[in-house]
Order: sequence, then C-alpha cells, then structure tokens
Amino acid sequence: MPPLQLTDAEWQAIALSLRVALVSVAGSLPLGVAMAWLLARRQFPGKLLLDGLVHLPLVVPPVVVGYGLLVLFGRRGPIGGWLHDELGITLIFTWKGAALASAVMGFPLMVRAIRLSLEAVDRKLEAAARTLGAGPFDVFLSITLPLALPGVLVGSVLAFARGLGEFGATIIFVGNIPGETRTIPIAIYTATQEPGGDIAALRLSIVALLLSLIALVASELLARRIDRRMRS
Amino acid sequence: MLDVAANKRLGDFQLAAEFQLPATGVLALFGRSGAGKTTLVNMLAGLVRPDSGRMSLAGHVLFDSAARVDLPPERRRIGCVFQEGRLFPHLDVRGNLLYGRRRTPPGEPGFGFEAVVELLGIGHLLQRRPANLSGGEKQRVAIGRALLSKPRLLLLDEPLAALDAERKAEILPFIEKLRDELRLPIVYVSHDAGEILRLADRVLVLDRGLVAASGDVAEVFGRPALRHLVGEQDAGAILSARLDSQDEAYGLSRLSFPGGQLVIPRVNAKPGAALRLRIRARDVSLALAAPAHVSILNVIPARIRTIHAAEDAHVDVELDAGTTLWARITARSAHDLGLTEGMCVFAMIKAVSIDRQSVARQGTTEDPGKPV
Repeated sequence: MPPLQLTDAEWQAIALSLRVALVSVAGSLPLGVAMAWLLARRQFPGKLLLDGLVHLPLVVPPVVVGYGLLVLFGRRGPIGGWLHDELGITLIFTWKGAALASAVMGFPLMVRAIRLSLEAVDRKLEAAARTLGAGPFDVFLSITLPLALPGVLVGSVLAFARGLGEFGATIIFVGNIPGETRTIPIAIYTATQEPGGDIAALRLSIVALLLSLIALVASELLARRIDRRMRS
Repeated sequence: MLDVAANKRLGDFQLAAEFQLPATGVLALFGRSGAGKTTLVNMLAGLVRPDSGRMSLAGHVLFDSAARVDLPPERRRIGCVFQEGRLFPHLDVRGNLLYGRRRTPPGEPGFGFEAVVELLGIGHLLQRRPANLSGGEKQRVAIGRALLSKPRLLLLDEPLAALDAERKAEILPFIEKLRDELRLPIVYVSHDAGEILRLADRVLVLDRGLVAASGDVAEVFGRPALRHLVGEQDAGAILSARLDSQDEAYGLSRLSFPGGQLVIPRVNAKPGAALRLRIRARDVSLALAAPAHVSILNVIPARIRTIHAAEDAHVDVELDAGTTLWARITARSAHDLGLTEGMCVFAMIKAVSIDRQSVARQGTTEDPGKPV
C-alpha cells in the first residue's frame, strides 16, 4: 500500500470528525448568536461574569473542560442523568458527546466573531427599519443578522476548525472508541502510541491541515462575496 | 392636528417643545444645528423617548407619560427620511422600497408601488444596490421607501443637508411634488431658510430647545425678532402674489400682489398660479419721488412704518406697501433723505434680484396642477 493511501479506519475518523464538527457548529450557532447579541447589545448585572464564563474554555486546560463535562453530563451527573432518564439521550462515550465537547471549546471563538460584527452594525439602520413597521425581532432577522452575516460566517468557521482539532476535552469526556469517538486528533494520538504508526499520524495530520485550510479559505471567499454585494 | 408637549434632557441640553399645529401641508421645523430639531423629530418617530409629556397626531396618541402610553415606532405609522438616507445596504432598491410595504396592514389605503416609483423617477434604479446610487438617488429611494410604508405623516429630517447645491436642486422638485400631489402631511426639518420658504406652509422655529415661534411661514419669517435666526443676509419679506401674465419677448413674468404689480424673471407657471416670493431687504432701495429713467422695473409706493437701527452702518426700514416690505439702506442714506416714520416713499426692487431660489409655488391649498 502506498504510504499516503488512507486506510478505512482513517477514513472513518475523518468522516466522524467532520460530522462532530458540523453538528457542534450547527447546534451551538443559535445559542452563539443569542449570546453574542446579549453581550453586544444589552447591559445587565452579571454581564462581566457571563462574558468571562463564555470565554473560559479559551484559557482553561481543555482536559479540565472535559472533566467538567464528565461531572455534569455523565450518566449520574445532574444534567446527564436527567437527559438519560427523561429523554434517553446518552452523551458520554458517544459521538454526540464529542460534538458537545467541541461546541463548548469552539463557543468563545464563535461568540467573539459574531459579537464584533453585531457591534459593527449601524443602529441607525435598525431605527429606520422600526419606523418602516418592523418590530424588534423582525428587525433583528431582516436587518441586523444579514448585516452581521460575515461575522456569523467567520465565527462558524473558526468554531468548526476548532472542533476538527479538539482533543483534550473530547478524550476525557467521551474516550477513544473507534468509529464512535475516535476523531482525527485522537486517531493521530493513537497512531503515535502504536509501533510503526508514524506514517498514519503523518497522513492524518496532512488531512487535518488541508481541512482547516479549506474551511478558512472558503469562509474568506464567502465573506468577501457578501461584502462586495453590500458595497456594490 | 399635531399636538406636542414634550420634554427631554440630554446632558446639558434641555428640549421643551410645546405646540399645536394643523397636520396638513408642509410644516417646517427650523432652527440652527443644536436647536433640538432632530431630537424632536426622533421623539415623534418614537426613536427617542421623552422624559415626560404627550404627543398625538390626528387624535392618535403617540406618547403620554401620564397615561403610560409609548407607541413603539413600528406602530406609529410615521414615515421617516433621514439626512443620510439610511438605505439597507444588503437589499437592492426594490427590496428597500418594499421593506415597509410588506409590513403594512393589508387593505390599508396608500400609494401604489408603480405610482411612487414614477413620481420619484427611480424606475431605472430598482435592481441597483444602495452603494451604487448617487446621493440624490439615495434620497429619492429613501423618500419612496417611507411613502410605501403608508404613513400618516412623513418626517423629512434635513434630507438635503448632505447634498451639494446641484443635487439639492435635483431633489427639491420631487419634494414639491409630494406636497402638491399627495395629500400627506409633511414635517420638514431644515436649517436653510430658502428651502423652507420654497416648501413649507407653516414653520416652527426652535431655538436652544424651545419653540421660539410658530405659524405661517411668511408671517414668522417677517418678524424682526427672528432676524438673527434666518440670517442677516437673507432677512427680508415674504409675500404672496399671483401670476398675471408672461412676457415671453423679454422672458419676464408679471405678478400682482397686495401692493401692486411686480415684474420678475420668468416663472414657469400658468397665469393665475399662486406664488410666494422672498424679497431680501438688501435688494430694496428707497426713493422719495417716483424715479424716472432708471433700469429698475419695480417701483412700489409705500409708507414707512418703522426704522430699525441694525448693526454696522445700515438701518432696516419696515414698509407698508399693502403688505410688509423691508428695505436695508445705509444709515447715511436714511439721514440724507430725512426718512421718518409715516413718510411716503417709493420702494425699488431690481427684477433680477428675485432669483429662482426666491420664488415658490404656494402650498397645497388651491390649484394643485403640475409643479413648477
């Protein structure tokens, strides 16, 4: 077999990584937009604390975040127990749990980018929309969000790329189960632990690099296109 | 009726606006920058909340602090055109025009899309994005967008202030069309006396947050006490006149006004049309006897009502010529001629001093017809 030929197990890890990252972004995006709006537009007591909490995963060791998830979302955890008993959802040791871990780790990046673009939206345009008969939520959907779209896009791509690379929180929370939770970074880690796994680790590293690059370039092109449409 | 009594404190600035004016025709909000015009307009639109007071439009309560009523902007049905246009950059012109339209109650009477597009001459722009429009085009689209939201009142907040003289001249006829062809009350904010003379029926003068005067434009702008607001250079009389006939051979129009006849450069209107003229005090000179062999076409007998000492070397003479006229002459001339109150004189007005900016068709009252 040529050294750069991916094995079935590696393809599986790639597909799993993409699924985990996509689901984590899709799942956390509405919450990320809401959080960004809250932080960009509202003044309330405890705002600083909330801001800090959102950004915590950026600075706390990922392993600690994973441990926190384990405590909260484990089978006997306060949230995990309820999810399991009431809804029959198990996160621990499943790919859904990996998506959750990746969402938590990518959340600060997502919120930051969206918040910046929301802050850049001209409030006077929103006021004009109100005088034209649009209520506050209507204005948000028809004016604010479209104008902040480049930021939403950038935030999503950053969170997606962060999700592709997520390792520490994931391995603590959902372990290393082939086909279920063994994402690209975990597969690379596994490969390096096995004798003669260097080539496999190299192959997967190249794939990870390419995926991140494609995501970044695609988002940049899209953002530029949106920008051009608004400018001309 | 537009009924307002509202207070708002913004840092050091205190606005206390109280007035009741008919909600018909064009009401101009006039004042220097910082006088509170925009704050007042934003309060009417619901974008700035007064600290206290009440506001109602044609019986609809917009705000009443005592009754805890504060209608949100989207329920006030007041169309706004802002100085900067504020077109939505992510929508094309059609999308901008239809934004308010799609959010009005169905079945509500209002202006049709085609009619508004035609009125404002923006049919060729529909597919364009706001970034590709000129300043004047943007303002026309902004006006159309506001009209299509079926407003009960149109607020124009210095819609021409950001435009150069050429663009202004391009937009003004459209605003005159709005006034003449649509039965929609308009509040027009401006710090340009010329614009107001040309457009407005009534004026509300704001000065440092207070209503300094309100009423008929000609009457208010004629008051000596408001001179400093209008600007010394532009001070003068406003008079109503009627177009009698055109002198095509010389490109002149003959008008009649309460004080007699006037000849001015040709105005593009039909005989019988009601016009409003501004005659600046500095364009009027005085003679004791009817002059002969002079180039001045307009010589109007008048009686001196009062002589106001003005700044520097000149005096402002208030004349009764069937209607009020003002003449600004040097103090020396007044002395040499021995002018006194009650004296009969002849006011001389050069026809060419009454330029296009100084003549307006009279408001909406009669003879809607085609605009000038």
